[in-house]
Amino acid sequence: MKIKKTRLNSCHKNLNGKMVDFFGWEMPIEYSGIVNEHLAVRQKAGLFDVSHMGEIQITGSQALDYIQYLTPNNAAHVNTERTQYSALTTPEGTFIDDLLIYLLEENKYLLVVNAANVDKDFKWVSSYTKGFDVDVKNLSDKYSQIAIQGPKALEILKPLTDVGLEEMKVFRVAFGTVAGIEAMVSRTGYTGEDGFEVYTQSNNPGKIWDALLEQGKKTGIQPVGLGARDTLRLEACLMLYGNDIDNTTTVLEAGLRWLVKFKKGDFLGREALLTQKKEGLKRRLVGFELQGRGIARSHYPVYIKGEKVSEVTSGTFSPYLKKSIGLAYLPIEHTEKGTEFEIGIRDKRVKTQVVPIPFYKRNY
Amino acid sequence: MYPDNYYYTKDHEWIRIEGNKATVGITDFAQKQMGDVVYVELPEIGTKLKFHQSFGVIESVKAVSDIYAPVSGEVMEVNEDLNDAPEILNEDPHKKGWVIKLNIEDKSELEELMSLSDYEKFLEGLED
Repeated sequence: MKIKKTRLNSCHKNLNGKMVDFFGWEMPIEYSGIVNEHLAVRQKAGLFDVSHMGEIQITGSQALDYIQYLTPNNAAHVNTERTQYSALTTPEGTFIDDLLIYLLEENKYLLVVNAANVDKDFKWVSSYTKGFDVDVKNLSDKYSQIAIQGPKALEILKPLTDVGLEEMKVFRVAFGTVAGIEAMVSRTGYTGEDGFEVYTQSNNPGKIWDALLEQGKKTGIQPVGLGARDTLRLEACLMLYGNDIDNTTTVLEAGLRWLVKFKKGDFLGREALLTQKKEGLKRRLVGFELQGRGIARSHYPVYIKGEKVSEVTSGTFSPYLKKSIGLAYLPIEHTEKGTEFEIGIRDKRVKTQVVPIPFYKRNY
Repeated sequence: MYPDNYYYTKDHEWIRIEGNKATVGITDFAQKQMGDVVYVELPEIGTKLKFHQSFGVIESVKAVSDIYAPVSGEVMEVNEDLNDAPEILNEDPHKKGWVIKLNIEDKSELEELMSLSDYEKFLEGLED
C-alpha cells in the first residue's frame, strides 16, 4: 500500500525532518531533536503538521441528535464559536475514539478524530444512522491542519490572521483567514500549552506553515515532530487512543467522569456507565513517577506486592520535568496519591509511586 | 570525524585499543539514529563479558537500544558521567561519550572488527 503524504510533506523534508511511517502516513518524528522541540513548545512556540488527523462531517436536520446518541458529552453546547472534547463510545461505555466536535454552520458538524482511527471511526459513525435524518461524509483528505502551540503562539499567529485571537477563550472557534487563506481556527491543542489549531481545505496550506515559521523566527518558533508531540501530551496527561484509552477501558475508568453527561439523554454506553458509577470503579487510570533509575514504557508490567496487575499504558522520560513518568490502570484500592508499587524494567523491579496528574500544568 | 585508529562493529560500536585495554562506545551514526539520549544503563565493574553479549542499554526518548561487547573481556571502568548527563553520548560520542573500559581476554577477536574504511563502506551500504 502506498504511503500517504500530507500537503506539507515537502516542508518537512526541507527542514530535515526525520520521516517515519505513522499508520500509513509519512510524518516527521523529529527535526532538530525531541528534547529541543519539546522545550521550544514549553518556552516559546512550536509548529505541528497534524493534517493526518481525520475529519468526518455529519449533516442533516438531526445531526445534533445523532451526535448526542454517539457521544457521552453534551453536544448541545457546541456552536460555531465553541468546540468540545468528547468521545465515540461503545454500548459498554468504552472508547472507539476520542475527538473534538465542531459546528461549521447550522446542521453541519465536523468530528476531528485520530489519524490511526479514521476508517474505523467513519464506519462506526456511518453504522447507526438508521432512523436519523443525517448524512455522513469522510472529508479527511480535503482538510489540512496546522497547530501552533506555546506561550508565544498568539503573538506569532496574530499578525497573520483577521480572526480576533485575544477574545477567544480556550475551546473557542472562529472562521477567517490565516496568511490570506480561508481557515477555521480554534484555541485548542494537544500539548498543555496555549495555542491554536488551524484547519483549512486549501490546496496550499504550505503558505500558512511558511508564514508562521517566518513570523515566529525572531521569537524562536521550531517545527515539532510526532516524538515531542507525544512527550508533551503525556506531561499534560492528554489521552492517547490505543495506549491510555481503547475499547476495553470505560470513560469512567480513564478518569474522564467530566465527559459524561448522564442527564443529557440517551447515548451509546449510558446504561453501562451508570451501572459502573453506581457499583463503583474496580480500576482507574493513574499517573506515576519512578522512584528509582529507569524509564517506564508502554506495556511494561505493573506489580503490586509482587503480583502483576496491569501494564504501563504510556511512559517516557519527561524532557521538561526531567523525571520518568507514565500512566497505568491500577486496582481502585491502590489509586491513592503516594501509593507505592513496582514496574518491571527488563530484569529489575523499579519502585514507583502514584502521583497527582497532570504532571505539568501551564501557569499562565 | 570517525577516528581512524578505532575499530568498528556492525552494531555501531567503536573500540579503541591500548595494549590489553579496550575503550568502547557508540558511533556518531548510532547517536544520530537514536536521537536524544535520556538514560544509560551501565554494567557492574567486574562483569565478565563475552563477544557480542549485551552489556547495557541506551535509551533515547523514543527507543531502547542494547549495546554489545565488541570483544570478550572484564569490565574495569564505566563512564559514570553518563548517569547524570546521558546527552554526552549525543554531543561527543567518540571521546567524552565512552561507555566502558575492558580488559581484553582474547586479542584474536579483534580480527572480526571493521577498520574505519570498512565501517565507512558499511555505512554507505546502509544508505541505499
